Amino acid sequence: MSGFLRRLMGALVGMPDYDAYLAHHLAHHPERAAMTRKEFFRNRQEARYGKGGGGKCC
Amino acid sequence: MFGPLPWMAAGLLGLGALAKVALDHGEPINALWLVVASLGCFAASYRFYARFIGAKVMGLDSARATPAVRRPDGLDYVATDRNVLFGHHFAAIAGAGPLVGPVLAAQMGYLPGSLWIIFGVVLAGAVQDFLVLCISMRRDGKSLGEIIRMEMGEVAGGIALLGTFMIMVIILAVLALIVVKALAESPWGMFTVAATVPLALAMGVYSRWIRPGRVGEVSLLGLVGLLAALVFGQDVAQSAFWGPLFTYTPIQICWILIVYGAIASLLPVWLLLAPRDYLSTFLKIGTIIALAIGILIMAPALKMPALTQFVNGGGPVWSGGLFPFLFITIACGAVSGFHALIASGTTPKLIASEADAPFIGYGAMLAEAFVAIMALVGASIIEPGIYFTMNSPAALIGTTPESAAAAVSAMGFAITPEAIVQLTKDIGEHTILSRTGGAPTLAVAMAQIFSHVVGGAAMKAFWYHFAILFEALFILTAVDAGTRAGRFMVQDLLARAVPGFARFGGMAQGLIGTGICVAAWGFFLHQGVTDPLGGVNTLWPVFGISNQMLAATALMLATAVLFRMKQQRYAWVSALPTVWLLICTLSAGWLKLFSDDPKVGFLSHAAKFSAAAAQGKLLAPAKSMAQMERIIFNDRVDALLCGFFMVVVLAVLAAAVRTCLAAMRSEVPTVREVTA
Repeated sequence: MSGFLRRLMGALVGMPDYDAYLAHHLAHHPERAAMTRKEFFRNRQEARYGKGGGGKCC
Repeated sequence: MFGPLPWMAAGLLGLGALAKVALDHGEPINALWLVVASLGCFAASYRFYARFIGAKVMGLDSARATPAVRRPDGLDYVATDRNVLFGHHFAAIAGAGPLVGPVLAAQMGYLPGSLWIIFGVVLAGAVQDFLVLCISMRRDGKSLGEIIRMEMGEVAGGIALLGTFMIMVIILAVLALIVVKALAESPWGMFTVAATVPLALAMGVYSRWIRPGRVGEVSLLGLVGLLAALVFGQDVAQSAFWGPLFTYTPIQICWILIVYGAIASLLPVWLLLAPRDYLSTFLKIGTIIALAIGILIMAPALKMPALTQFVNGGGPVWSGGLFPFLFITIACGAVSGFHALIASGTTPKLIASEADAPFIGYGAMLAEAFVAIMALVGASIIEPGIYFTMNSPAALIGTTPESAAAAVSAMGFAITPEAIVQLTKDIGEHTILSRTGGAPTLAVAMAQIFSHVVGGAAMKAFWYHFAILFEALFILTAVDAGTRAGRFMVQDLLARAVPGFARFGGMAQGLIGTGICVAAWGFFLHQGVTDPLGGVNTLWPVFGISNQMLAATALMLATAVLFRMKQQRYAWVSALPTVWLLICTLSAGWLKLFSDDPKVGFLSHAAKFSAAAAQGKLLAPAKSMAQMERIIFNDRVDALLCGFFMVVVLAVLAAAVRTCLAAMRSEVPTVREVTA
């Protein structure tokens, strides 16, 4: 799947790009361990649907 | 891109097509005229009006850092490609509203609805989304409630938050009601929708443990399961054993939904809510695109008249005349206050450049308006006789094809009992009488369009149930997510208001929050399901009024912000749609409260039932004195709610006027933007 399509499908359901997160993390916080893909996925799922989440319209 | 000339040409083409739609009432016109009219007007308004608002009114500056640039974290704040972000924002704003409202509005003919969608979105709806997006983008992506507090004061913020919770309750009830109306007595539909629950659970397990993060992959697997359920559903419905197991009355489905909503809000999100959201979002986007292509290929003629006799009121689908009720019946698609919550949610944190804001904020709302136009086209290409058979309450058309055909033909929309029976058979249902709520009507239209392109008449039943599944799935996802969000709102409110609540365990808090939230929307859902006029008649106007009032609130905030930016010479951009929405919602609210017509006014309806009860008489549909009492009680609750919304919006108006006056007295901008 091309990068654009993959990012678009993620964005449709509010799942940000893991590679972009990893690049950001390595560039800015190299001293801390980055989340694995699995941890990142769970973290973002919780953020979208957890407390205060559920950004859905009628 | 290309300079202004092609956009001007598109606008002129759109206006020309609109003139044809509005003035040519001889032959049935082709739906493509309406498509061209809306797309042309949208293109020109995007190029000229959105650009004007961005450049002059908000002073957008691509050199100014957005939150995603200033404080990126790879999680919440991520500078995102504008096309990807457009998809994110559109998927978040487009729900059932733009599909249902226009279908209901078609009872007045296709013309009033299409004019309101086109002019409403260009001058009010897209403006609101765009302005709120800009305002939130300049405040670190703060939410609407927080910004109201920052710019208009604590009191206005508190009132707006309470109002938002009540609006959410009404939205959940009315959405659930649409699902009830679509699935009642329909084993095929009920089976496929029920199948999505185990399917989602399996997807949840898969994406939790087997292949985490593979959203596309798990959704594809889910989609295969969904189609299998759809195909298999026909056999289930026809089976002598399984068919009755999936056949439920509206009141049974009402209780199923209430219990389901409560459980869904307490389960871990990865197990049910998230996978359902994936499935429903991709199905929603895919089906919307397919519908657009289908309309272009089929190029159907609009069979509904441009205007029906119901523009003056007295229509069977919903009560009241064109003004003000058309403007609250079509909320989403023309202008929707709920979008202000989305535009101040995740999107402003993801925007990469201020220059992208018109495309995302204004553009995505234009796309939603186009979805509304497609729904209106759908409702208008089916035989008007069928439309009114499906959307009139049983109290008016009876419960047999013969009585319905006679009643609808008497309205002036000729239809035979044979045609009703034939369509019922074609779409594989038990009945199409009084299938109110908009979803079944749209499904019939979509079945016509899709079966024209793929499969012919033999596939009509499949496509009908595909459309029902598509609508029910994403409505139920919204109900899940909304109940969950509402549950946390209640928990927050209780933690502040009730000392000691914070000491309860998480489970107890969750149970109490969920219980209150579900009881609130369940009350209105139950009332709607047992309403003799079909429920939609009562609940949809309250939903429309509250949603448009939220839009007015967002636009008042935008006006106050413009004054505080010392940009008041451009404040008409938000003030004019505010005034229009206030006129529509306050007069509609007033009529719902105090109209003498018991079909329109809650209080006169209560008075009629009280008078009868006092004399010991029963009025249909009540079969006992207890039911009479409950109808009176429901009317009074509805009236109270309507009055509450009116008070909320007037309080926000007062705060906005005070804010604007204070801002005018100041020599310098008083706006509170977050810059560093």
